[in-house]
Amino acid sequence: MSIDLQQDFFGLFGLHRRFRIDEAALELAYHDLQGRVHPDRFAHLPDSEKRLSMQWATQVNEGFRTLRKPLPRAIYLLELMGVDAGLHTNTAMSPAFLMEQMEWREAVEEARAAGEAEELAQLHTRLRQHSREVFDELAQQCDDEHDYAGAAETVRRLMFMEKLQHEIDDALEALES
Amino acid sequence: MALLHIAEPGLSTEPHKHRLAVGIDLGTTNSLVATVRNGIAVCLVDEEGRAMLPSIVRYHADSRIEVGRSAAVAHATDPRNTIISVKRFMGRGLKDVAYIESMPYDFVDAGGMLRLRTVQGVKSPVEVSAEILKVLAARAQASLGGELTGAVITVPAYFDDAQRQATKDAAKLAGINVLRLLNEPTAAAVAYGLDNAAEGVYAVYDLGGGTFDLSILKLSRGIFEVLATNGDAALGGDDFDHRLFCWALDQSEIDPPSSEDARRLLLKAREAKELLTACEEASIKATLGSGEKVDLVVTRDQFASMTKHLVQKTVAPMRKVLRDAGLAPEDIKGVVMVGGATRMPHVQRAVAEFFGQEPLTNLDPDKVVALGAAIQANVLAGNRKEEDDWLLLDVIPLSLGLEMMGGLTEKIVPRNSTLPIARAQEFTTYKDGQTAMAFHVVQGERELVADCRSLARFELRGIPPMAAGAARIRVTFQVDADGLLSVSAREMSSGVEASVLVKPSYGLTDDEIAGMLRDGVERASEDIDARALREQQVEADRVIEATLVALEQDGDLLSDEERAAIDAAIAETRQTAAGHDPRAIKRSTEALSRATNEFAARRMDKSIRAALAGHKVDEIQV
Ligand SMILES: Nc1ncnc2c1ncn2[C@@H]1O[C@H](COP(=O)(O)OP(=O)(O)O)[C@@H](O)[C@H]1O
Ligand SMILES: [Mg+2]
Repeated sequence: MSIDLQQDFFGLFGLHRRFRIDEAALELAYHDLQGRVHPDRFAHLPDSEKRLSMQWATQVNEGFRTLRKPLPRAIYLLELMGVDAGLHTNTAMSPAFLMEQMEWREAVEEARAAGEAEELAQLHTRLRQHSREVFDELAQQCDDEHDYAGAAETVRRLMFMEKLQHEIDDALEALES
Repeated sequence: MALLHIAEPGLSTEPHKHRLAVGIDLGTTNSLVATVRNGIAVCLVDEEGRAMLPSIVRYHADSRIEVGRSAAVAHATDPRNTIISVKRFMGRGLKDVAYIESMPYDFVDAGGMLRLRTVQGVKSPVEVSAEILKVLAARAQASLGGELTGAVITVPAYFDDAQRQATKDAAKLAGINVLRLLNEPTAAAVAYGLDNAAEGVYAVYDLGGGTFDLSILKLSRGIFEVLATNGDAALGGDDFDHRLFCWALDQSEIDPPSSEDARRLLLKAREAKELLTACEEASIKATLGSGEKVDLVVTRDQFASMTKHLVQKTVAPMRKVLRDAGLAPEDIKGVVMVGGATRMPHVQRAVAEFFGQEPLTNLDPDKVVALGAAIQANVLAGNRKEEDDWLLLDVIPLSLGLEMMGGLTEKIVPRNSTLPIARAQEFTTYKDGQTAMAFHVVQGERELVADCRSLARFELRGIPPMAAGAARIRVTFQVDADGLLSVSAREMSSGVEASVLVKPSYGLTDDEIAGMLRDGVERASEDIDARALREQQVEADRVIEATLVALEQDGDLLSDEERAAIDAAIAETRQTAAGHDPRAIKRSTEALSRATNEFAARRMDKSIRAALAGHKVDEIQV
């Protein structure tokens, strides 16, 4: 009987399958696991063990990367629940959200065109605050209401917002250099 | 089999034999070798007591090869055969190297990595670097009194795959078993962190002779976790020398100098630069071959202003690395300075200004990288003790991707991903009946393939003919703990597979390395068969050793029968290794490796179960 390399990441780190996780516990478990499987622990051992170590360390890194940040964690959780967040196909969004998106985008575009770094930084902060609220909503849908279809739509909204956040970052970077 | 049996008198309480392992800082300007002796990391010195070996290699007409200080003497008189800063050429083509036109070498453009024509023939930068490594390995063996188990070799964090592979190839040519390639700033952080029991987020600013690295590390409970890294693999003290050199030419209104004069003047510029760290002004005096004289005085302020743009070039990476790590300057607890060029006052000022704190200078910027590498080498070689319960988690510095239609890059592995990492992506055919698909692997952050580094090209053939878009070709990138990439592609419905260990474009092929090895052996008038035999014996001994360690730790996981099978494979390997047939040794060694597969899986299981059992306790508290 051997431990399955493919086992779910929540289980791998000893966490419940929930959106809200104890981040400190996740990090501790991550460090503990890497301390056991990392290739640096196997450099003096047989090649068979080195190979396994690389597979496991790769898997543990992948798991940590997936669970550490809320958006990939939510997508992964929904996938485990059998709900495809439909990142590529199902992009129908509520008109209200699309409207809001357009307003954000225009504001970013204006600030970028005018070279307003200060304004861009402010937009960045406001957007971050806003996404925090949306993440709270997502947590409720996932963990309290178990409304996975609703959660999937929230995830899609957050994807839009994240993309926008990147655009602001890129614009800021372009202004700085 | 006594090859690796070395008793260290100071370690009689140690139940296992102490394996000799070293850390090597293969620098642009200076190289060092260090080891852990009686629990303390120390740099190993030459007969004159010096730790630093100038990274200079001179090829003589009479087939002698000189390395280090004595080679430096011919710096200006025989510049074509006296190679300095060869690290700038590792994994690089002619068009990649800055101000190559003012360099005194006879370059050969063979496509891919550049070559240098010397009196001893055409040399690859890999061979030149191997000469430096050989001297350091010899120094280590003489000083430690035995054969090395292996070495950790440091590379700039911002080195790409081609440069890393070239470094590993150089070690192979020098006959060194590479335990790991370690990023220089990470090595520095280990030496600093362990020495000062540091906890928190630290920045390491490493400006050497030819490379600039900046890494952000989180140190907590013995974990050294690199959060992000950035840098410039072609920026260092050399560029400051070059700027001052150009200024001197300009001021003295002399024509483009001969290569000898250029070297002479460049050396003077470097001396002046170093002097300006301690003094307010320095003079640059030289008499050129033409009889013209250069006689100039440069002040610290003048120097600072003429090199401001170079210091400025380190600021953008500082900003980017913090953004990638999601941190602000005030989140940084301390800034560790590494590399000789960080001694320049205006560099220190710029760093202090950016981070809003004075950088840490309570460590030797020249030695700290080698010491950190030695500490890791000691652990990797299997000398880990209870108290060595620390671990490095490093990242890949530059994104890896594939070329798509229209010359655009598709990123597969994003920069700053923790190693090791694997990523797969699926592609499909675009023509009916298409049976082959070509892939171009690139590294870099830019959108256009032309702006990224080309790593390798390969083809998947034998795809069964299908309608366009029906084939499912899965391409997997695996980056190991050395930061080296291997790529494989597989057509999912038929199982046709192709894989490459990324090499060609800017690296050496296995055949080339084999050829260079042969040449080296011939020159050393060593018997090539003897060498092959010895290598197989060392490998056999390594595998037996490793298996014994595993058996001692977890022998109870095996049934008597299984144990007997492994014991038999060990006995067989021992027996062949005592003989003289390298192929037989290889066969039995591989058989032994195979015999431990199941055992390895069980050991891994056991270890992971123990970890899971540990978390269950936490879970109850949630
Ligand atoms: N006192 C000093 N002041 C300014 N630069 C210095 C000083 N000492 C060394 N350097 C410069 O540091 C660089 C070498 O640094 P080092 O860390 O040894 O480089 P590398 O790691 O690339 O071999 C050279 O450019 C050298 O001129
Ligand atoms: Mg260095």
